[in-house]
Amino acid sequence: MHDMSSASATQHHAPPQGFIRKHVFSLDHKVIGLQYYGLAIVAVFIGMFLSWLMRVHLVWPNSPIPGLHLLSKVGAPGDVMTPEYYLSLLTMHGTIMVFFVLTNAPFAAFGNYFLPIQIGAEDMAFPRFNMMSYWTTFLAFVVLMLAFFIPDGPPISGWTAYAPLSAVGGDAGPGLAYGQTCWGVAIAIFCIASLLGSLNFFATTLDLRAKGMTMMRMPLCTWAWFITACISLLAFAVLLPACILLCLDRVAGTSFFIPSGLVISDHLQPHSGGSPLLWQHLFWFFGHPEVYIAILPAAGIVSHILINSLRRPLLSHKVVIGSMMFIGFMSYVVWGHHMFLSGMNPLSSLTFSFPTLVITIPATVLTLIWLGSIYGSRLRINTPSLFCLGFISMFVSGGVSGFFLAQPSIDIYLHATYFVVGHFHMVMGVAAILGVFAATYFWFPKVTGRMMNETLGKIHFWGTFIGTYCIFMPFHYLGLVGNVRRYSAFTDDYLVPLIPLHKFITIAALTTGAFQLVFLFNLIYSRYKGKIASQNPWEATSLEWTIPSPPPWNNFGDVHPVVYHDPYQYGIESSTGDYIMQTSPESIVVERDEK
Amino acid sequence: MGKLFAVILVIIAIASAIPIIQHTWKMPEDISTHGHLIDEQIADTMAEAGLAFLAAQFVLAFFVFRYADRKDPGKIKSFPGGAKVMVAAAVILVGTEVLALGIMGSRAWAGQYFTPPAADALTIQSQAGQFAFYFRYPGPDGKLGPQHPDKIDEGAQNFFGLDPQNDVESRDDIVTAELGIPVNKEIRLLMHSKDVGHSFYVRELRVQQDYLPGLDLMVHFTATKPGRYEIVCTQLCGLGHYNMKAYLNVMSQADFDAWLKEKASQQ
Repeated sequence: MHDMSSASATQHHAPPQGFIRKHVFSLDHKVIGLQYYGLAIVAVFIGMFLSWLMRVHLVWPNSPIPGLHLLSKVGAPGDVMTPEYYLSLLTMHGTIMVFFVLTNAPFAAFGNYFLPIQIGAEDMAFPRFNMMSYWTTFLAFVVLMLAFFIPDGPPISGWTAYAPLSAVGGDAGPGLAYGQTCWGVAIAIFCIASLLGSLNFFATTLDLRAKGMTMMRMPLCTWAWFITACISLLAFAVLLPACILLCLDRVAGTSFFIPSGLVISDHLQPHSGGSPLLWQHLFWFFGHPEVYIAILPAAGIVSHILINSLRRPLLSHKVVIGSMMFIGFMSYVVWGHHMFLSGMNPLSSLTFSFPTLVITIPATVLTLIWLGSIYGSRLRINTPSLFCLGFISMFVSGGVSGFFLAQPSIDIYLHATYFVVGHFHMVMGVAAILGVFAATYFWFPKVTGRMMNETLGKIHFWGTFIGTYCIFMPFHYLGLVGNVRRYSAFTDDYLVPLIPLHKFITIAALTTGAFQLVFLFNLIYSRYKGKIASQNPWEATSLEWTIPSPPPWNNFGDVHPVVYHDPYQYGIESSTGDYIMQTSPESIVVERDEK
Repeated sequence: MGKLFAVILVIIAIASAIPIIQHTWKMPEDISTHGHLIDEQIADTMAEAGLAFLAAQFVLAFFVFRYADRKDPGKIKSFPGGAKVMVAAAVILVGTEVLALGIMGSRAWAGQYFTPPAADALTIQSQAGQFAFYFRYPGPDGKLGPQHPDKIDEGAQNFFGLDPQNDVESRDDIVTAELGIPVNKEIRLLMHSKDVGHSFYVRELRVQQDYLPGLDLMVHFTATKPGRYEIVCTQLCGLGHYNMKAYLNVMSQADFDAWLKEKASQQ
C-alpha cells in the first residue's frame, strides 16, 4: 500500500500539462471533484425537469405538455403523456436522483475536492483509480441516458426495479426490453465506479494524513466521508452482483429472480426456480445503506459549516463521530423494513422493526447536539448557515415520519402511499440537497477565489426551504388518506377528491424548481463576476483555508503541513481573533479540548 | 435574518400541524375487527412524533432567534450538562418511546400475521395479474381445484388456468371479478400472482399485502360494515398499474348467499 501510494504520488509530482490532462482526464482530485459536481448539477436539473413533467401530468393527465413529443414520440403522442411514459420518467427520476445526485454530490464531489486537503494530503491515495472512478460514473450516466433514445424508451419498473417485472423482458411492458437492460448495465457500471471511489477515500484517510493529523483531529465532514466510504464499499459490493444476476436473467435465460409458472401477456415464461424476494433482499441490502450514503456526508458537511457559523465547537466531537458510526453500522441491519409486506416471514418484519426504531436514537443524538450547540453561540447568519439550519429542520421533519414507517403494523396502512414518498424525499432528498447547497455556498470561494452572491443566495434559500415544505409536507396528508404512490393518474373514486391538494403540490414544485434557476445563475455569475474572496473569508480553522483560493495543483505547494490543533478551535482568544487554525503553532489554553 | 428564519420556521411547523390536528384529510372509517389496533397505533405514534416534531422545530427557532447575529455577542456559553445530557435524553426519551411503540405495535401485527384464521373462516382465492384482480370461491365441495399456468387463456375467460375436464374439484369453482363477502364473517384470502408483483390494498379494511410471484400467501380479516370499497394495487406492476382495481362488496349473509348463487349460475 505504502509503495503504491508513494509511486502514484511521485508520478503526480509534475504539474499537469495540456488541456486534456488538466481538465478532462485529470489525476487531480480537485478537478475530479468538480467533474463529479458538474455531473451532479446536470443530473439534478434533468431529474427535476422530469419531476415537473410528472407533476403536471398527474394533475392534468389529458392536457398536452407543449414540446413533449420531442422527448418521445411514442411516449407522448400529440404531446400528451401516456401512462407508461409517466412510469418511464418516474424510473429515470428516481435513478438519476439517487445515484447521480445524492451519491455523487455530497460524497464523491465534495469528498474528492476537500477530503485530501482537509487531512493535509497532496492528492488521493490512487489518483488513477480516482480518474477511472469518475469516468466510469460518467459512462454509467451515458448508458442510463441511452434509455431515452432507444425505441422502447426507459424502463417502467421504478428505481427499485422489482423482479420479476424487471427481469422477464419486453412481454411485461414498454421499456422492459432494452430500456431495462440499459438500466441494469448502467447501475452495474455505477457500482464499479463507487467501489473504486470508496476504496480511494478509505485508503487516503488512513494513509495520507499529515503529521499531527490524528483521526480525532479530522474535521467532521472528513469523518462523514470516511464512514460513508466504508458503507459504500459494502453496499455497492452487493448491488453489483445483484445487477449482474438481473442482467443474466434478462439476456442469458437464467432464473435467479423469476419463479416458474408466470403467465405474462398470455405467454408462459420459460423460467423456473428463482425468487423475487431474493432481488428485494439484495436490492435493499444496498438500498437502505444508500440512504445513509446520501445523508451522512450532508450531516458531516452541515456540522462542519454550522460550527464555523456558531463560532464554537459542537457540544462533543466524539459523540457526533460515534453517532455517525453507529448509524453507519445500523444501516446494514434494517433493510427489511422496506419489505414488511413483501411476503417474507412476518417474524422477520418484527425483527427488522426494532433496529429501525433504534436507529432514531443516534439520529436524535445528532439533532440534539446541533440544537444544543446553537444555545449560547454567536451564530452568524449567512447563506451557508441558513442552509445548515434548514437542513436540521428538514432532517427532523423527515425523520419523525420514520417512526410510523418503522412499525410493521402501521406499514399495513401506509406502505406504498405518498406518506413514504414524503418521508424519503424530505429526509434523504431535500435534507441532503440542503447540505449540498450549504457546501456549495461555503466552499465556492475556496474553489473559485470568488464569493457567491449573498442576496441571490438568500432568495434561493427562502424559495427552496419554504417551497420544499409546501411540496413534501402535504405528501404525508395524502398518505394518511391512503393515496397510493406510482399512479400515473388518480382515477380511483377515493383519489379524485385529493386532486386539488395535488394541484397545490404541483404549483409548489414548479415554483421551487424556478428558484433553482436562481442558484444556477448565481453559480455561473459568481464564477466570473463574484466578489474576490480572501484566503479565509469565513474565518475558519481547517486546512483548506490555509492555502490560496483556488488551491494550487498540489494543494500545499511543496510544504508539508503540520497539524497542532483540534479541528474546531472557535470561541477562544487568540492573536487572529476568536479562532485558531489547525496548523497554527500558537499555543493556547483550551479547557474543553477533548482528548 | 435569524429572527426571520425563526418566525418562518414556527409558521411552517404550525401550518404543518394544523391539517393533522383538524383532521382536514381523514383516514377512512375502519370497517374491520382488527383495524382499530392499527388506528390506535397510528394515533399514538402521531402524538409522539408530532410532539417531537413541534418541540424540535420550536427549540431550533427559539435558539436561532435568541443567538443569531447578537449585537453584543457576549461570552460563548455551553448548554448545561453538555453532550452527556443530549445523549441521555436521546437514549432515555427516544429509547423508551420507540421501545413502547415497537412493543405495542407488535400486538396489531401479531393479530394479523401470527394468529391463524378461525377454522370456520370462509376461504376465497384472489389472483392478481396485469391489470386486474380475479376471485375464486371453492363452491359446494369446499375445495379449490388446482391451477395449470399453461391453461390460462384470458380470451376464453379461463383466468385461473383451471381444467374442469380433468379436475373434479375445479368443476364447481366460482370465478368473479368482484370480491363479495358476508359481513362479520372471517375471510381467509389466498393470494396468488399470475405474473409480476402486485398488492392488495383496501384502506377501509386496514389490509395491505403484496402478491409474491411464485409463492402463495394468505391474509385474513373480518369486515364489519356492509358496503362497496375499492381494492387497489399498490405494487408497481406495469403500465396499467394506476388503473388496476376491483371492488370489495360486503353484504349480509343472505345477500351474499344470493349473490354467490347468481355468480355460480353465470359460470
